[in-house]
Amino acid sequence: MAFSIGGVELDSRFFLGTASYPSPAVLVEAVRASGTQVITVGLRRQLAGGDSEAGDGFFQLIKESGAHLLPNTAGCTTAREAVNLARMAREVFGTHWIKLEVVGDEYTLQPDPFELVIAARELAADGFEVFPYCTDDLVTCNRLLDAGCRILMPWGAPIGSGQGLLNPSALRTLRARFPEVPMVVDAGIGSPRDAVQAMEMGYDAVLVNSAVALAHDPVTMAQAFKLGIQAGRMAYDAGIMAKQDMAIATTPVTGRPFIL
Amino acid sequence: MPTIQLNKTPMQLPEGATLASLIASLPDAPKALATAVNAEFVPRDERAARMLAEGDVVMTFLPITGG
Repeated sequence: MAFSIGGVELDSRFFLGTASYPSPAVLVEAVRASGTQVITVGLRRQLAGGDSEAGDGFFQLIKESGAHLLPNTAGCTTAREAVNLARMAREVFGTHWIKLEVVGDEYTLQPDPFELVIAARELAADGFEVFPYCTDDLVTCNRLLDAGCRILMPWGAPIGSGQGLLNPSALRTLRARFPEVPMVVDAGIGSPRDAVQAMEMGYDAVLVNSAVALAHDPVTMAQAFKLGIQAGRMAYDAGIMAKQDMAIATTPVTGRPFIL
Repeated sequence: MPTIQLNKTPMQLPEGATLASLIASLPDAPKALATAVNAEFVPRDERAARMLAEGDVVMTFLPITGG
């Protein structure tokens, strides 16, 4: 069930974030258990006096995973900041992929659609493969495609909230309106059930971080998501039956058993 | 002798200092490091040509975990 996104063929539809794990060792094990082929990473301004959590050690760790790297522009609130950070990420991580984040509200971390489109246009023109983290707003998504994006990453719910897919109707609408665009549900997924729901809608992949990293057992949770994502996609491919308002008998009896 | 800020720490540099010479002078500078001067990205191959002047704000960025 391979699929194509960003110019590569992938077998796994599970994109995994690398933040907030109990330890680097657990992160490595979770990545392995997930079977993921795409992991997200970030860049941080170096802290005065050293920064033991960042740098070459972490970079070496993620390179050894063998996964494609998807750097993000977390923390940016303007297109200018995001474009600068994206260009830094391209140099450091050696990839033209960028998960474009431009936050418009500090409480919900909701993407700013106006700045996002401006940044997407500039980065796409500069040769980036832009994975825009966006809301489920149809018109914003249309504008992002107009700006040169070939991929969409609508949210399920605010980042790290674990609320699941808050607006399934809007997500179904996006899938229906952009049947040929690779789309990844990003953010807000709290359990494998949410991932199954996204995959059953026909989304190409899901991106999960907190739900795995913050589980009591992140490695086992990574496996659970892997199975859920596979099951959801298989169900979508197999064709899910239409819902009916009334019962439809399944056993092929002839009327009532003892009444002629 | 221009005084600049490196990651919010004031620093005095010799005349003619460039971004490349500054980075080269840092002990334990990571290999995977990106640079910006006055909030604008400066690519690695342009650091040698980027002279640093009084009041410049230099920032360095490192790879980190991310979602």
